[in-house]
Amino acid sequence: MFARGLKRKCSEEEAPADPLQRQSLLDMSLVKLQLCHMLAEPNLCRSVLIANTVRQIQEEMTQDGSWCLPRPQTPGRAPRDRLVSTEILCRSARAGPPPAPDPADLASALQTVPAAQAPGVVPGGPWDRAGPGESRGGFPRSLDQVFETLENHGPGAVEELFSDVDASYYDLDAVLTGMVGGAKSGPEGLESFASAAAPPPGTGCKADLGELDHVVEILVET
Amino acid sequence: MLLSLPALHLQTSEHHPLFQLPHGRLGPWCSPTGSPAPLSCETGCGEGTWILVCRLLVPTQVSLLSMEEDIDTRKINNSFLRDHSYATEADIISTVEFNHTGELLATGDKGGRVVIFQREQESKNQVHRRGEYNVYSTFQSHEPEFDYLKSLEIEEKINKIRWLPQQNAAYFLLSTNDKTVKLWKVSERDKRPEGYNLKDEEGRLRDPATITTLRVPVLRPMDLMVEATPRRVFANAHTYHINSISVNSDYETYMSADDLRINLWNFEITNQSFNIVDIKPANMEELTEVITAAEFHPHHCNTFVYSSSKGTIRLCDMRASALCDRHTKFFEEPEDPSNRSFFSEIISSISDVKFSHSGRYIMTRDYLTVKVWDLNMENRPIETYQVHDYLRSKLCSLYENDCIFDKFECVWNGSDSVIMTGSYNNFFRMFDRNTKRDVTLEASRENSKPRAILKPRKVCVGGKRRKDEISVDSLDFSKKILHTAWHPSENIIAVAATNNLYIFQDKVN
Repeated sequence: MFARGLKRKCSEEEAPADPLQRQSLLDMSLVKLQLCHMLAEPNLCRSVLIANTVRQIQEEMTQDGSWCLPRPQTPGRAPRDRLVSTEILCRSARAGPPPAPDPADLASALQTVPAAQAPGVVPGGPWDRAGPGESRGGFPRSLDQVFETLENHGPGAVEELFSDVDASYYDLDAVLTGMVGGAKSGPEGLESFASAAAPPPGTGCKADLGELDHVVEILVET
Repeated sequence: MLLSLPALHLQTSEHHPLFQLPHGRLGPWCSPTGSPAPLSCETGCGEGTWILVCRLLVPTQVSLLSMEEDIDTRKINNSFLRDHSYATEADIISTVEFNHTGELLATGDKGGRVVIFQREQESKNQVHRRGEYNVYSTFQSHEPEFDYLKSLEIEEKINKIRWLPQQNAAYFLLSTNDKTVKLWKVSERDKRPEGYNLKDEEGRLRDPATITTLRVPVLRPMDLMVEATPRRVFANAHTYHINSISVNSDYETYMSADDLRINLWNFEITNQSFNIVDIKPANMEELTEVITAAEFHPHHCNTFVYSSSKGTIRLCDMRASALCDRHTKFFEEPEDPSNRSFFSEIISSISDVKFSHSGRYIMTRDYLTVKVWDLNMENRPIETYQVHDYLRSKLCSLYENDCIFDKFECVWNGSDSVIMTGSYNNFFRMFDRNTKRDVTLEASRENSKPRAILKPRKVCVGGKRRKDEISVDSLDFSKKILHTAWHPSENIIAVAATNNLYIFQDKVN
């Protein structure tokens, strides 16, 4: 029925309640938002609804304590974080599809994580530490870099979505004003959209979309 | 010249304006307080009384061919109707609208084209053909544009068509894409002047030296020609995407609404419009709500409503102030805490709002329900109808494949007693507000036989699936019915399914 099976990601019941599913939903939403402003003329209503959903998840994660403020692991890394993730996301999209992760690895990774989380364990446990390579054991390194901003640093990225910090790829302001064509003009807007806005419409963008599609497919099919 | 599509012969029948479902078991229903009743898996409402009048398909090739004479258009249309491969993305119908008498039916498509169908006139010879709609006029309303400032393409897809009430022999309609509204005049020409002095019959200039006598040109009958001309272009007033247009009851003004603003226009003035609603925040980062639909009150020219992505409706009075940022009434249903999820807001986003013909009620469509509100009661709707509640447990998947953002429309029948809206799998639903019965019907090519009686469909939620039922997992989510229209006074409905336009009529023995 659906183009991509979601059985492992979301239970077929009500919307996700447990943190794994909530994190998946957050990841999915962020990807949607990113794809949003890569398209020719994004749908404002859709973007606002997705952004509100992301905010809602963020708020709940804050309440749960499963999300903490982002602390740059090395000094001065925080601003570069965003740029790095932007670059990596688009580089991997342009340089071709990342090496496909071993399906067995992914399957086991997903199944072990909930198993490791005993019902009584505080959900925040596995999520607020561990480097990029750890929380989803078995992921190949390059794909994991793609995930970098969507996982443990995910909450950080979400915060950047709503922060006033300029030049943030995930800055909601940038996301939304990017659609109305330079309402927020100036170098900051351009910087944050360096990779997204650079390809002229209809040429590079569409080619990137195809490759990005592949990346997203991998993201959501696991 | 009129393009005649193959007739699906109907037998003469007494025409009854009342829509009646035969007696049967009650289908899934909602109590007036809004709490959903459990879905019934019993066989629904028995045999329906809706029959297919015609299925219309006007791909580009046909309209070009229709210009030539002596072509067996029936033969061509037959082959097009059967061969699905002619359907292109540009032919996807994006809006459907009857005019105020129901004589004309307009469709707009993704390719920027408007096709107008006219109802077959009653004639002594072919009484059975009354009720069919044939192509009346086709024209390219909007072309794709490129916004050089933003480096963005502006889609030519027709988002909405609204007719003006007829005031003379010509027909007028408004059609809009994301950015520009156009007023089109559709008129007939069945006479042409002949006998010019300075031109010959082919239009070539005559040498004045050869003219020895003068004559007065006379009008002679010619083959009927329907021409559409753009009379006004209302451009450059919307930064965001236009989602609604609505003609005011004064017939002098209309409004156009985009995601953040609503503008009021005078039909005669194209270089100015008044901004009457502006919900754009000073800091776009604070944006959490957009306008999703807007409509003028059918009788009070100072009143209009607009709906939002947060499931609220605001009623505004233009007499109160120039900028109607402060609403006169605010309609919102309190959230049901037991149904709360991450998707609550998305599914509460209103995709369509329509005044009843009486002007006493408004109907709103959100992802899973249709609600009827009394203008005098703001705190909750008076009626709630479940369109496809079986999707409630699939919201996560529907979010992933973006179906949750589909914008379904809803319509009233002429007497405001029945409401209709679309769903997936080419299903559409009707709810009778008086008898509290509802029916699910399907617009499909498989059921496209002449006079085919639509069989009510049933979606099986769980447990044993009966023979004629379809399970939720078998639904085709790419076949969605977003646009429907109901004849203003008769029980004739138009249902758009991708590039097909189905016209159904109720058949009463």
